[in-house]
Amino acid sequence: MAFKIIVCAKQVPDTNVIKINPKTGTLIREGVPSILNHDDANALEEALKIKDKYPDTHITVVSMGPPQAKDMLLECLAMGADEGVLVSDRAVGGSDTWATSNAVAAAIRKIGEFDLIFAGRQAIDGDTAQVGPQIAEKMDLPQVTYVQEFEIEKDMKSITVKRALEDGYEVIKIKTPCMLTAIKELNAPRYMTIGGIFSANEKPIHVWNANDIAIDLDTVGLEASPTNVFRSFTPAPKGKGVILEGDTEKEVAEKLLIGLKGKHVV
Amino acid sequence: MNFQLTKEQEFVRKMVREFATNEVEPIAADIDAEHRFPEENVKKMADYGLLGIPFPKEVGGTGGDQLSYAIAVEELSRVCGSTGVICSAHTSLCCWPIYAWGNDEQKEKYLPDLCSGRKLGAFGLTEPNAGTDAGGQQTRADLNGDQWVLNGAKVFITNGGYADVFIIMAMTDKKKKTRGGISAFIVKKDDPGFSIGKTEDKMGICASSTTELIFQNCTIPKDRLLGQVGDGFKVAMSTLDGGRIGIASQALGIAQGAFDVTVEYMKARKQFGKKLSQMEALQFEVANMATQIEAARLLIYQAADMKERNLPYGKYSAMAKLFAAETAMYVTTKAVQLHGGYGYTKDYPVERMMRDAKITEIYEGTSEVQKMVIAASVFGK
Repeated sequence: MAFKIIVCAKQVPDTNVIKINPKTGTLIREGVPSILNHDDANALEEALKIKDKYPDTHITVVSMGPPQAKDMLLECLAMGADEGVLVSDRAVGGSDTWATSNAVAAAIRKIGEFDLIFAGRQAIDGDTAQVGPQIAEKMDLPQVTYVQEFEIEKDMKSITVKRALEDGYEVIKIKTPCMLTAIKELNAPRYMTIGGIFSANEKPIHVWNANDIAIDLDTVGLEASPTNVFRSFTPAPKGKGVILEGDTEKEVAEKLLIGLKGKHVV
Repeated sequence: MNFQLTKEQEFVRKMVREFATNEVEPIAADIDAEHRFPEENVKKMADYGLLGIPFPKEVGGTGGDQLSYAIAVEELSRVCGSTGVICSAHTSLCCWPIYAWGNDEQKEKYLPDLCSGRKLGAFGLTEPNAGTDAGGQQTRADLNGDQWVLNGAKVFITNGGYADVFIIMAMTDKKKKTRGGISAFIVKKDDPGFSIGKTEDKMGICASSTTELIFQNCTIPKDRLLGQVGDGFKVAMSTLDGGRIGIASQALGIAQGAFDVTVEYMKARKQFGKKLSQMEALQFEVANMATQIEAARLLIYQAADMKERNLPYGKYSAMAKLFAAETAMYVTTKAVQLHGGYGYTKDYPVERMMRDAKITEIYEGTSEVQKMVIAASVFGK
C-alpha cells in the first residue's frame, strides 16, 4: 500500500555562523551558507524511515522561499525524497507565519491526497514553531507537535507518537491523515548519498507561483502579515563568571552565600 | 575554462565533509593508535555510495564523475589519511581496471559488488624485489588446462587484509618482461593456494591494512585473466595513472586538514602577549602553505577533469601527485613546527598527519617515478 507523505522544509541561514549588524539590527546574510532547517531534516528522516520499510511510500517535500531554495529541495531529493515543490513568488515574500501557512496549505491542497504531513518543530531563523500547527488548523487536520517517537500501525491508518513535554511526555494515538511536527530527539538525519546526489536531477522539482496555488493575494506577503519584526538585536554579553576557590566544599559554599547575600539575592 | 564546481560536486563535498566530521574524525586518532582497520566506517562508506563514485549506474556505480571522486578522497583524508586511502585503493586500483579492462562477464560479475562496497578491492603489483622496476616481477602465472596457476608473493598491498577481490600482476612470459610478459588476473580471497602474509607495521596511515599476499599454486579459472595475455603492464600503468589522482587527493586532504587545525591553533595560542596569528613571520609561513595547497588542488582537479573527458592525462596526474605529495610533506611539517612542542605530541592531530603524509611521496609511484613519467612526456619516450 502506497503511503503518501508530505514533508514541510525550510531553507535557513546557518545560525552557527550568523551575526546581526549592530547598527541596523538586521541579519548579515553575506557569506552565510543556507542549510536545510535542522528539525525539518528530522521530519524528512522519519519519512525516509517509513520509505525504507515500505518502499512504495512517496515523499514530497514542500517549501516556500526564494528560487535558490531549490538547492535545499535537491538536497532532500539526494537524501531520498521523491519530489519537491517550491512556492516562490514575490507576492509571498515577507510573509509571517500566518501568511506562510496560508501559502503552504494552498500548495499542499494542490498536491492533493496524502496520509501524513511531517514538519519540523520550528525553524532556527524565526524560532516560532507556528507554521506547522497553523497549516494543520487551516487544513482541518488533527495534529501532534514535538514528536520524539513515532510508530505507524500496519494498516497505516493510525500512528502512535510520543510527544515531548517540558516535564515528561504524552503517548498519543492519531488517525491519518494528520500533521506531526518533529523534534531533534526523534532521530538522526541521514546524509545525502552519492548515488542520490547524481540522481536528484532526475526527480521533479515543481516551482509554483501564487497563481499556481490559487491563493488569495490578500492572505500572503508582507502587507497581509498581521505580525512583523519590530527589532532584532544581539544581547549584551553578560561578562565573565566568577570562580570561587577554597580548600573545602564548605568554605566555597560560605563564599557563595556571602556573595549572594551581598547582592541581596538571598 | 570554468573553475566553478557543479551543484553535484558541491553536494559531494558537503556530504563527505559532514560524513568525515561526524563518523571519521572522532575515531581517527584511536584507529591510528590501535592500528585498527575501521570496518564500521567502511561499511558506512559503502552504504552512502562512497566506494563506487566514478562509475556509471549500469555497472552498480553512483553515476558520479572523477572530480567528485577526487573531492571525496580529499575530504575523507582531511580528517583521516587511512580512511582516504582505503577508498582510493579500492576505487582506483581494483574497480577501475575491471571497469576499463574487464570483459562484459567480468564487469557484470564483479563491479556491482565492488561499486556498492559489498566487497572491497585491492591491487597487487609490488614485490620484494620489484616495485618501480615492474619488469623484475617474480610472481608467475602458468596456464594449466583451463586454469591459471599463480606462484609468488606481493608486498605492501593496501587493503590486503580486508579485500575480497584482488587485481594481481604476474609474469606469463619471462623473456618479454614489460613488453608483453606480464598479465593481469582477478583473484578472490578464498581462491585455493592464496593467503595473506605479514601485515606491515607502518610509520603512518596505521589504520589502513598493508599486507603481503602469498600465492602457492594458487589456482584460478581461465576466465580470471583481465585483458589479454601480456596486457598486464599496460593494465598496471593505466591503473596507476588514475590511482595517482586518488593519492594526490589523499595528500591534498592531509595537507588541508593539517592547515585547518594549524590556523585554528594560531588564532588561539598566545605568546609574547599576542596571538600566533598576529605574528608576521608566521603569517608568511601560512601564506606559503595556503598557496601550495591551492596549487596542488588545481593540478588535481585539472587531471581529474581531463580523465573525465577521456583526454590523455598521465602527465598531469603524475604532476598532481608529485606536487600534492610534496605539499603534504611541506605543510604537515610546517604545521607541526607552528604547533611547537604540542605538535610533536599525539594530543594534536598534526603529529599523525605528518606521519600519514610521508607515504604519499612513496606509494603508487614514488616522487622520482612521477618525475620519470613527466620527463618522458617532456622529451618524448
